[in-house]
Amino acid sequence: MTDDPLIDIRGVRHTFRTASGPLKVLDGLDLSVPEGGFVAVVGPSGCGKSTLTRLVAGLMIPDEGAVRVHGAPVTGPRSNVGMAFQNPVLLEWRSILDNVLLPLEIVPTKLSKPEREARARRLLALVGLEGFENKRPSELSGGMKQRASLCRALIHQPEVLILDEPFGALDAFTREDLWQTMHRVKEEEPFTGVLITHDLRESIFLADRVVVLSGRPARTQFTLEVPDTGRRTLDHLYTPEAAEMLNTLRHQIEIAQGRAPAAQAAE
Amino acid sequence: MSARKILVPLAAMVVFLALWELLVWVMGWPNYKMASPSDLIPAFQRYWGLFLEMGWQTLWRTVVGLLLAVVFGVALGMIMGFSRTMRDALYPLLVGFNAVPKATVVPIVALMFVGWHDFNTVLIAFMISFFPIAVSVSIGLSTLEPEYRDILRSLGASQATIFWKIALPKTLPEFFGALKVSVTLAFIGTNLMEIVSPHGRGLGALFDSGKTNSDYPLMFAVLIALAFLGIVLYYIVVALERIFAGWADRTV
Repeated sequence: MTDDPLIDIRGVRHTFRTASGPLKVLDGLDLSVPEGGFVAVVGPSGCGKSTLTRLVAGLMIPDEGAVRVHGAPVTGPRSNVGMAFQNPVLLEWRSILDNVLLPLEIVPTKLSKPEREARARRLLALVGLEGFENKRPSELSGGMKQRASLCRALIHQPEVLILDEPFGALDAFTREDLWQTMHRVKEEEPFTGVLITHDLRESIFLADRVVVLSGRPARTQFTLEVPDTGRRTLDHLYTPEAAEMLNTLRHQIEIAQGRAPAAQAAE
Repeated sequence: MSARKILVPLAAMVVFLALWELLVWVMGWPNYKMASPSDLIPAFQRYWGLFLEMGWQTLWRTVVGLLLAVVFGVALGMIMGFSRTMRDALYPLLVGFNAVPKATVVPIVALMFVGWHDFNTVLIAFMISFFPIAVSVSIGLSTLEPEYRDILRSLGASQATIFWKIALPKTLPEFFGALKVSVTLAFIGTNLMEIVSPHGRGLGALFDSGKTNSDYPLMFAVLIALAFLGIVLYYIVVALERIFAGWADRTV
């Protein structure tokens, strides 16, 4: 990890004005992601994790603090971001191929039409969707839709990939399949990623740094570096090292939820 | 497959007409109580020129009223779909307007625009049919999941691009659902005005002249002609729906 982060979030505070009064969601959020890094963000439900993704994507400007990408403050949406959500939000009136191509209709690109198509087909093949290019989204299973959504997020070669619980609604086996797909994708199509998740195993399997947010209002409570063990396989999740990391994270989540005294955090 | 699609509804119609004929015959009803389908044939034969002329007048005024309803309804639906404030402001007004029976508005409009027969007929057809369109478009737009917007907004897309690429196509199935309701409503509007307003144009006027001349088979023949026009317009809408929103049909 270098000292020159691609994404740098410092002292971010934000309060939503809701119908039932102000709601403080972020209170001292620090997060940095080096170029090519993959950071997972975990925390209790409703702690402001999705707000974080909207900050990085430039969909929102915080009340206080700075969000920088490549050293430049984020002042609005930029085209160098790819997003995927728990809801794959594919457009039902388009084929899978045309869904993947959607960002290139908005982001300026030097690629010709056949080149774009070739790239989309290559990405689809990479995630295992070869032969499904002309299908409609409704003809695909949940896991396959999520794979297509991932391709759409990557088609314009974004600098930053934002994943907001993309595998949250999938069954356990499909999820593990997709974890492995993610590693394959990252090797072929390097990106800098932020992954929001509820799944601690997912966080240590995919990310090289896990950040635990406190309960609302969220601040950065704990950071875990996941050691680089080369190419990860699912077997890595069943090693004593993995068990220890999971234990540490679980304990931190309990603190964040207010179920364990913070004093224990220091031990 | 396609032969079946035509034959089944056709057979249903024949059965319906046969039952109608049978009912009138069994009950021994005279013409002035209820005409039977076999009485209608002479009525059509005698007045076919009038049917063509009046039917055309009814048809074009209905279609113009419906087109106005589409333009106005979509615009209103967009305003209410995108702005919460406008939705809160306009909904009660719109519901109140829709709740007023149009039969009571007809004489008012007829007096207001006396002599403007085409205009006041189109106006009633429009007034009666824009409500479902406005409501469906506004609901379609306001229930668009925020993730759809975010996917494009995060790429720097403008509001107009988001509307054309996502909001509009996603609302089309609801729009066509409403249009199917509106197309029959527009017919009702046109005929209300044609029957009430004494200008002697349209199938409504033909119905009225049947009434004044005690020509009961003619009145029933007008009803059948109206039903026929209604079916034709409805299936034109269905065809458009299949072209523009066929993707929403999961049964094929």
